[in-house]
This record gives sequence, structure tokens and C-alpha cells, in this order.
Amino acid sequence: MEKNVNLNTNVKIASTSSLKDILRNTIRNNIRQYTMVIALLGIWIIFQFLTKGIFISPRNLSNLFLQSASIAILACGMVLVLVAGHIDLSVGSVVGFTGAICAVLMTKHHFGTIPTILIALGVGILIGIWQGFWVAYRQVPAFIVTLAGLLMYRGGVLGVTGGKTVSPMNDSFKAIGQGYLPKLTNLPFHDTTALIGLIFMIAYVIFEINKRKSRIKYGFEVLPMNLQIAKIIGGLIVIGLVMSIMITYMGIPYAVLLLMAIIIIFTVIAEKTTFGRYVYAIGGNKEAARLSGINIRRVNMLVFILMSVLATVAGIVYTARLNAATGSAGANMELDAIASAVIGGTSTLGGEGTIVGCIIGALVMASLDNGMSLMNLGVTWQYIVKGLILLLAVWVDIATRKTAT
Amino acid sequence: MSDYILEMKNITKEFPGVKALDNVTFKVKRGEIHALCGENGAGKSTLMKVLSGVYPAGTYSGEIYINGKLQTFYGIKDSERAGVAIIYQELALVKQMSVAENIFLGNEFAKNNFINWEKTYSEAEKILKEVRLDVNPATKIVNLGVGQQQLVEIAKAISKRAELLILDEPSSSLTEAETENLFQILRELKAKGVTCIYISHKLEEVFEIADSITILRDGKTISTDDKNDINEDIVITRMVGRELTQRFPKKTNKPGDVILRVKNWTVYNPEIPDKKLIDSVSFNVRKGEILGVAGLMGAGRTELFMSIFGSYGVNVSGDIVLEGKPITIKEPKDAIKYGISYLSEDRKRYGLVLKQDVKNNVTLASLDRVSKSGFVNDNEVIRHTNHYVSSLRIKTPSVEQKVVNLSGGNQQKVVMAKWLMTKPKILILDEPTRGIDVGAKYEIYCIMNDLAAEGVGIIMISSELPEILGMSDRIIIMNRGRITGEISSREATQEKIMQYATGGR
Ligand SMILES: Nc1ncnc2c1ncn2[C@@H]1O[C@H](COP(=O)(O)OP(=O)(O)OP(=O)(O)O)[C@@H](O)[C@H]1O
Ligand SMILES: [Mg+2]
Repeated sequence: MEKNVNLNTNVKIASTSSLKDILRNTIRNNIRQYTMVIALLGIWIIFQFLTKGIFISPRNLSNLFLQSASIAILACGMVLVLVAGHIDLSVGSVVGFTGAICAVLMTKHHFGTIPTILIALGVGILIGIWQGFWVAYRQVPAFIVTLAGLLMYRGGVLGVTGGKTVSPMNDSFKAIGQGYLPKLTNLPFHDTTALIGLIFMIAYVIFEINKRKSRIKYGFEVLPMNLQIAKIIGGLIVIGLVMSIMITYMGIPYAVLLLMAIIIIFTVIAEKTTFGRYVYAIGGNKEAARLSGINIRRVNMLVFILMSVLATVAGIVYTARLNAATGSAGANMELDAIASAVIGGTSTLGGEGTIVGCIIGALVMASLDNGMSLMNLGVTWQYIVKGLILLLAVWVDIATRKTAT
Repeated sequence: MSDYILEMKNITKEFPGVKALDNVTFKVKRGEIHALCGENGAGKSTLMKVLSGVYPAGTYSGEIYINGKLQTFYGIKDSERAGVAIIYQELALVKQMSVAENIFLGNEFAKNNFINWEKTYSEAEKILKEVRLDVNPATKIVNLGVGQQQLVEIAKAISKRAELLILDEPSSSLTEAETENLFQILRELKAKGVTCIYISHKLEEVFEIADSITILRDGKTISTDDKNDINEDIVITRMVGRELTQRFPKKTNKPGDVILRVKNWTVYNPEIPDKKLIDSVSFNVRKGEILGVAGLMGAGRTELFMSIFGSYGVNVSGDIVLEGKPITIKEPKDAIKYGISYLSEDRKRYGLVLKQDVKNNVTLASLDRVSKSGFVNDNEVIRHTNHYVSSLRIKTPSVEQKVVNLSGGNQQKVVMAKWLMTKPKILILDEPTRGIDVGAKYEIYCIMNDLAAEGVGIIMISSELPEILGMSDRIIIMNRGRITGEISSREATQEKIMQYATGGR
């Protein structure tokens, strides 16, 4: 009987939530994601005017997705690294190094595409273990370990390539960075891409319905039916829009397909696995995580291995797109990856960040590159504008976060 | 000038999903010590943060008058200028800086931006004397105990020579002697004409030190009375909205076989590796027993159990025998695997991931139980969290609320829930009811008894003697890293415990 008094206050808050409250709460909880999406669309619209209508065209946006792929792949790993409270400065050099290994294996030793990729991934894993060892088991700050890595692997790139441009790649390897999914029929749009879009849509609907069913089974509150339907339709529209850009052009590039798979896998890792939860806990409060029985060293090790594997994947995509490996390949990519993650709301102090956010961040960075090239702005201005946007984005993030509490 | 130094009128403050203050009126007479009481989450800290400008004017509605003059505070500097100083519930010192630097942080003795260190240290020494803290002002904060840090906070507030001093649960981490010392300081300040607002869940203290008492419940003012017009029972009834007849549930424990045996446990200080902190300690715990651990601050109680849990000390030696089998614990994860859980006395540092929500914190130490082959089942996470939210009465708008937004006592309940969820065989509770209101304490005591009835061996470290006496089946007392006495609950008295605690025989 005495318990009732207080329990009621809890229940009341939950059950009186009206449609308006729910809407207000979802907006408040996701305000950062929304502002980032709005900022991205804003940038697109501005470029649309400045480029006299070239920017928002299926052709250009398809290219933009393709160009952003390697940075976006890096950013997915960088989110985990930053969330765990570390940083990885070596990824640009790893991109160059693994790309150079691929190029040399194919041109000089005539390896097939699959063995080449496997060897590169093996090198990536070794690099990850090396860096993870120093960070996790020898407590050397990641900043130092990966700064050392940045130098060492750059040396490796020069050693492997001899400082010269190495090309060309096998055709099947090249396709990873340049190719598009083949078309099967003579329909006026890209059929296989449309099919993939359809599969995404169906998977999304099934996912939402299952989630709802399971929540009902547990007796938890669910969205009112009309809102739930609105949410699903909204999700379908987003998938539809993204896919239609590519459907009406040349279809989905392999690299973008790969990126989509990585986004899904890493979102699941970050949000649905115990490992992911541990990464957030360690970044949020290492001591509390340790006392909760989390094996911090193992988690940190795995974070660095995942990062280096992704850097290798990015290296493959990048080298394939350029169809060449050079001594400076991948230079400064670590900075773009960090900027993408941070623009996407990842905290440099650890403990906070999302994969979806960093993808939007990567698109922002790629859009700036792409739009300014279309405008024929020199590299000088590209750097200056990108720097300013990074600063602005983080400031807006901090400001909105303040008002949200 | 009016009699009231402070009048807060119709203060309403809302957070997303929570109305923390609902038309609160609060008046404090000049020169008195005014206690503010209420359950966890009643709005006490929020009201004080409104008063001190932490929540700037405009983020709440209502008016604040100081000495009859309407005030608008946009930040702490504004309220300090009006003579208000606050000591927060959560310690806010810069750990890597010295005591003196902390005391004058933001109010440095400087000429042309150059700090006058001599004056800083000599003034710091004077103020430290006022609060009877006997440390070198150059000591870094990290090297101080929690109780000493609390005194530095008080020194910092005193240094501002405020007219109105707010203390938000200053005594929750102090021992009785330290609390007595604090009261002495407060009385001296009162004699100098300083007005105090004192927040505490320890009602004996409130009745000892306060002149009048205001009670908040669910963000509303319930009453303000002269201390002599009411008593503890009335205060409790008004706080919790119902009558609470006893402070401790009836003892029903039937201790069984010995489940944990610790032999010759010795630990050295990680900072000064040749200094022995724990000296050859041996004890045992039985199934279904509540073992109370008493001692003064610095007796080594926390160090003993943190080292057993695998999270403290160097050159640790000794044997642990669990259910008849010797075990080795290198890290907390080993301990948890063996079914030993440890709730830390420092919830912010060792307990919570503040940026994360309630459900992630509650399930952090037992994620494996709500996941299958590495994949977390979110619905199971919510179900378990809901269970603890209602059984511990955690006041939160939802399980998705970030823990940093909960009131102090509710944060403590979240850590408690985390360790309960590990379903331990041995549960070590280090100051488990710190900052928790009377009603919720009773609930936690009931849960401890239930666990004991299920056969869990419970070790309770506590600096509150009534709690030790009211809950323990057996009590061990520590002094300077050794166990100096062991008494059964039947023969235990405060005097006996204190005698052992101070090292006398
Ligand atoms: N920053 C915040 N964001 C959201 N809710 C908050 C925030 N700060 C406090 N609250 C809520 O406001 C209510 C009052 O909290 P407050 O900290 O004032 O309680 P309290 O009386 O000091 O409790 P305790 O005795 O536990 O310290 C609680 O329900 C709390 O969850
Ligand atoms: Mg409080």
C-alpha cells in the first residue's frame, strides 16, 4: 500500500503522454540528428544555386556518394575509436600502405583480386593488433601510438611503391572503386538497384513491425498506430529518395553498396552488441566500466583492430577508384575522417557518437569538396571553407545541446 | 529592511518530462540555520541551483528577493555578488590543483593578473584553520579523502565571506566526528551573522543544528516550521506523504555456513608502495548474514574491500576462500564472475556512466544476462530496468533519462540497481544509503534482508552507526588498516564500536 504513492508518479508521466508530447520528445531527443540533416540539405541547396543547378542531379549526387565512400568507411571506425576515448591518426597512412600493397601484388606479382584483398586485410588486422597492443596492454596514449603509426606506415608506403605511381589494377579490383551493379533488363531505370532498394524497404518495414510486436509482447508503450505508420512511411521515403538518385543514373556503385553494408554492420555493433555497449561505457567512465567487470583491454584491442580493418577496406576502395597507388595516397584522410565523425556529433571526449551521424558528417565534407570543385574554387578556398564548417558545426552542436537540457 | 534575508516566490522550474519545482515559496530569516528536507527528487537541489544562478533567470519562473530586493541572477558570479555562496551536493573541486588554488579559484589574489602566491597560501592557511582542516594548503585534492574534500569546499565558500551560505548534503560523506566539527563551524558562522540553508537526509542532524525546517514534496512546499514546533516523525510523514513507523525492518536473518573467508589480507598503498594500508586482516562472512563494517574515515574499510574486489592496491597478498574453494581475483571481472559485487562509496567516479541513460547503467555489469551470443536484447534491458525502477522507487521520467539528470539520491539507487542485478553471492555495500531519503532507506534495508533470506552474504560498510546497529548481524570494526574488534549485534552499542574504532581496547 505504501509503495503506491510513489509508483504512481512514475506511471503517470508515462501514460499521460499525448501525441503532442511524443512528437515533442522525439524531436527533442533527436534534435542533433535533425539539425545535421537540415545542415546537409542546406549545403546542398546553396550549392544548387551556386553551381546553377548542376549540384543536385542524379549524376552529381551519385558521384558524390562514390567520392565520399572511403572517408565514410573510415569515419565508421573512427566513431568507435573516439567513443572509446581514443583517436587514430594513422588511418590515412594505413589507407596508403594497404592500397600500395594491393597495387604491388597485382602489378608486380600478378596476384588475383581475391588473394590480394585477403592479404591486404591480413596486413590491416596485424596493424590493428600492433596498435591495440600498445594502447590496451602497454597504456601508451593512442594519440602517440597512432602518430607513430602515421609515420611508420607512410614510410611503408614509400618503401612498397618506391615513391612511384603503381598501376594499373586488375579489372575486377578496379570495379570495387569504379564499377556499378550490372543492369539486367532493358527497362528505362536501373533494375537491380531498384530491386535492392525494394529489399531495403521490405527489410525496414519488417524490422519496424517486429520491433513493435516485441514491445507489445513485453507490455511496453508503443507509438500510436497513426504515428507508427507515419514513421514507417517517412523511413521508406528516405530510402526511396536515396536509392532513386542512383536508380535514375547508372545504378548503385559497388563501393556504395559496400559502404551501406558497413553502415548497417557498424550500427548493429555500436547499438546492439555487448561489445558496442562496452565501448560507450569505457568512453563515458572508464573506472565505472572497469568496476562493472568489463575487460577494458580486450575491448580497446578490438576497437583498434576494427579501425584498421576498415582503413584497409577504405584503402582498397580508394586505390581501386584511382586505379593507382602513389606515395602520398591517403595523406590527411585521417583528418577528414575525424572531422566527419565530429561534425556528426561524436564527442572528442569519448562516450558519445553515432554511426548515422558520422555518415552525414562524411557527406557534408564530401559535398563541400564536390560543390567547390564544381564552382572551380581553388584548393586554397576548399581548405579554408572546410575548416570553418567544422568549427561552425561543432559550435552549433554544442549550442543546441545546451538548449536541449 | 525585512526580517527575511531570502524570499523565493512562486518558483516553477521544468525539465523535459519533469516539473521539478511547482510554485515553490521559500523564506529564510536573517541569521538562522534553515533546513530544507524532502525525498530524493523532491527538488531541493534544483531550488538551490535556481537561487545561486546555476539555472539563470529566464529558465524558470518566479521571483527571488534578497534583503527585500528583487534579484535576477544570470550566473553564479551574480549570486556571489549578492552574498550567496553554495556548496553543491556533488563535490566540484579541481582534482589536480592544490587545496589553496581550489579555495581561491575564480577569486585569486592577483595584481595585474599575476597571482600573489604568498598571500594565497597564507590566507588559505587561515581559512583552513577556521574549518579545522589540518593539511598543507599545497596538497593536491586527489590526495585528500572525501571528508577532507568536503571541508575544502566549505573553506572555499567561507572565503567568499557570503551572507547566505547554502550547503547541499554536506554531511553525507562525513563521519560523526567530522559532522560535529562541521556543526561547530556552522555555529561560529551563525554567531558572526551568516545565514545558512542546510540540506540533509539525516534528520537527527537537522534537529540538532537547524532553527527552522522547510519541507518539499514533489516540487511543492509543504510547510515551514520552527524546529521546536515539530518532531522527526512529523517531518518524515510530511516528506513521504505517509507514516513511517520504524526506521529499520525487523531482523529475520538466519546466518548459515561460512561462505567467504579472507585470511591475512595485506595491501600496500599504490602511491607509496612501501606503506602498508591493510595489515594482515582476516574475517569471514556467512550465508544469509549481514556483516557490518564500522570504523572512522581512513580506517581502511574501502581499501580493504576494493582490494578484495580486485580494483585497488599493490602487493596485495592473502587468501580468499569462497564456498570452501580458494580463489584468485586479479580484476573486478574475476570477482563478478565468482559472484562477488561491490558497490562503491563514490558513485560518480566508480559507479555511474553519467552521460548514459538509466537502463544502460543498470544493466552494465550484467549485460550478458540480457544478451544472446553478444547481441543485446533491448526489451530485456528495459524489462529488468523497469523492475528495479519500481522496486527501488527510482524517480525518473523514463528509463531512457540520462543519469546525470537524476537527483543525487536517485543516482545512488541506480548504482544499487546495477549491483542487485548481478545477482551476487556476496554483496559488498560501501555506504549504500549515502544521500538516500528515509523512506527509500527503509526500502533498501528491506531488500538487503530479502537478499539475506535468499542466502546472499552481505557486507555493509557504513559510517552511520544507527544503520550499522540496526541492520548488522555481526559487526567488525577497523582502525588503521587492522580489525580491532568484532561484536555480535546483541552486545553492540555505539560506545563499544567507537571504542574499538579509535583503537582502544
Ligand atoms: N538537469 C536535469 N534535467 C532533467 N531533470 C532534472 C535535472 N535536474 C534535476 N532533474 C529532476 O528534477 C527533480 C528534482 O531534482 P533535485 O536534484 O532537485 O532533487 P533533490 O531534492 O535534490 O533530491 P536528492 O535528495 O536525491 O538530492 C528530479 O526528479 C530530477 O530527476
Ligand atoms: Mg539533491
